[in-house]
Amino acid sequence: MARATTPRRKALTTLAAWSVALIIFFPVLWMILTSFKTEASAVASPPEFLGASWTLENYAEVWSRSDYPRFFWNSVVISVGSTLLGLVIAIPAAWSMAFVPGKKTKDLLMWMLSTKMMPAVAVMIPIYLLFQWLGIYDSKIGLVIALMLMNLPIIVWMLYTYFKEIPGEILEAARMDGAGLWNEVVYVLAPMAVPGIASTVLLNVILAWNEAFWTITLTTTKAAPLSAFIASFSAPQGLFYAKLSAASTMAIAPILILGWFSQKQLVRGLTFGAVK
Amino acid sequence: MGKIVLKSVRKSFGEVDVIPGIDLTIEDGEFVVFVGPSGCGKSTLLRLIAGLEDVTAGTMAIDGRDVTAAAPSERGLAMVFQSYALYPHMTVRKNIAFPLKMAGLSQADQDAKVTAAAKVLNLTNYLERRPGQLSGGQRQRVAIGRAIVREPSAFLFDEPLSNLDAALRVTMRQEITELHQSLKTTMIYVTHDQVEAMTMADKIVVLNAGHIEQVGSPLELYNTPANTFVAGFIGSPKMNLIEGPLAAEQGAHAIGVRPEHMGIVSEGGWEGKVLLSEHLGSDTFLKVQTVNAGTLTVRAGGEVRLSHGDTVRLAPLPGKTHRFGSNGLAL
Repeated sequence: MARATTPRRKALTTLAAWSVALIIFFPVLWMILTSFKTEASAVASPPEFLGASWTLENYAEVWSRSDYPRFFWNSVVISVGSTLLGLVIAIPAAWSMAFVPGKKTKDLLMWMLSTKMMPAVAVMIPIYLLFQWLGIYDSKIGLVIALMLMNLPIIVWMLYTYFKEIPGEILEAARMDGAGLWNEVVYVLAPMAVPGIASTVLLNVILAWNEAFWTITLTTTKAAPLSAFIASFSAPQGLFYAKLSAASTMAIAPILILGWFSQKQLVRGLTFGAVK
Repeated sequence: MGKIVLKSVRKSFGEVDVIPGIDLTIEDGEFVVFVGPSGCGKSTLLRLIAGLEDVTAGTMAIDGRDVTAAAPSERGLAMVFQSYALYPHMTVRKNIAFPLKMAGLSQADQDAKVTAAAKVLNLTNYLERRPGQLSGGQRQRVAIGRAIVREPSAFLFDEPLSNLDAALRVTMRQEITELHQSLKTTMIYVTHDQVEAMTMADKIVVLNAGHIEQVGSPLELYNTPANTFVAGFIGSPKMNLIEGPLAAEQGAHAIGVRPEHMGIVSEGGWEGKVLLSEHLGSDTFLKVQTVNAGTLTVRAGGEVRLSHGDTVRLAPLPGKTHRFGSNGLAL
């Protein structure tokens, strides 16, 4: 029997859901509101809401004081580039783990995931020196490689999970029908895994876009993405909350819009195979 | 052409010998059924022939060509899977055309062959649909269509009817038999259902624990089973196997009498009580607990008015008793 839905229960559930959503979203809302306040209003105590003085000046100043389009472009190249490079490596890896697993496949997957448990700061110095030595410090290609390596375990894991859902018999049928490995992947596996691949791409673009530790550590000016753009507004001459908020809002706006439009795909992809 | 010869074919998964060693010749144009209980290695044997599994030892030849190490696509065989294994993102047309596309045929040739196959299989009106929009029987026809357009040297069927309901299974069984009669191509068919084996096969291969127990025509296996395993496996209901003094009287370790060869007699024979009677109209199945011969199954023609607790006397029909030695082999 289905659980009875009384109006009272429905109202309480709705209220609870909205409260949780508001708590989660509150810091972002605070940041957006602050970005439209004057510096004085932004630091006022108690905080000002309706009585605050609103302005667009912060945006104008942030725009004129820095080269936003360059940071934006660097973010696009680094996040999309690292994800695509990751896919090129992860698709064959996930394919072999899902369809021709060996005795150590599970261990290998766990090991890949365990690398995510190590604090990034532990390898900061060696990687910094390595990048200097290889001449890829403060370069987009360097960051593409760094972020690809950082997200590779997640990409492989996600694709592995999606590929496992594809019945092996269908790939065997393709083999019987005369398809070699390449045709099997292009005509059968990839089209069937499109929802999974799409959500993997989306999630990893978002992760790479939001990554701050390596993007700030391994860049100075040339390859600096939006994370460095935000950091540049916490200047030594003092914290300017309103301008910092405006810069942060400008940095997260593109990914927020992308996330908004692709939320259905993301949710579908992340719960793919959870229920048969 | 489609003569398939297996010589000492062995398959192991790690330490486990699934198929310890099989020699088998399948003649061109034959309809061969591999039958046996679950886990007997029949599907593995089919997958070895298909090339989907590598043999551990031994050789395999199709029309005299050694294909032991050949990829599935190089063997010229077509396979119909239990789950149909259709490509869910392609239309029926594209599903059937896929092997032709892989073979590099022109679009015009592909279209002509797909149209012809669709006509044979009554799929013409469904060509633009996707597999998800078809019934089980239609999906099975698409899978067969995808196999026949290739004009393979042999068809391999891996329990293709087990996902269908009983009525559809009978229809599809007849369709596959008719297809074999019209194409005259070698077919290898795996099933655990001995009725399918008996009705479809030119030759049945009975497998048990990776070994071939007997190879022969359906009636050979029915009339002269080589051992107790085949005797028990072929025929429905199962053959009654009686051990002990009654068997010793006939100089055997065990005697076997099929339920349909067990007569109800008025005197003599083995006395027993009816435990269960099943009335099918055309036949009556009785389960009888006898004094000397254990529990026996009887298949009596027509309607027999016996029910639980009634006393009955049973005797095998003359010349219908099978004798087996202590090693299980027929005497």
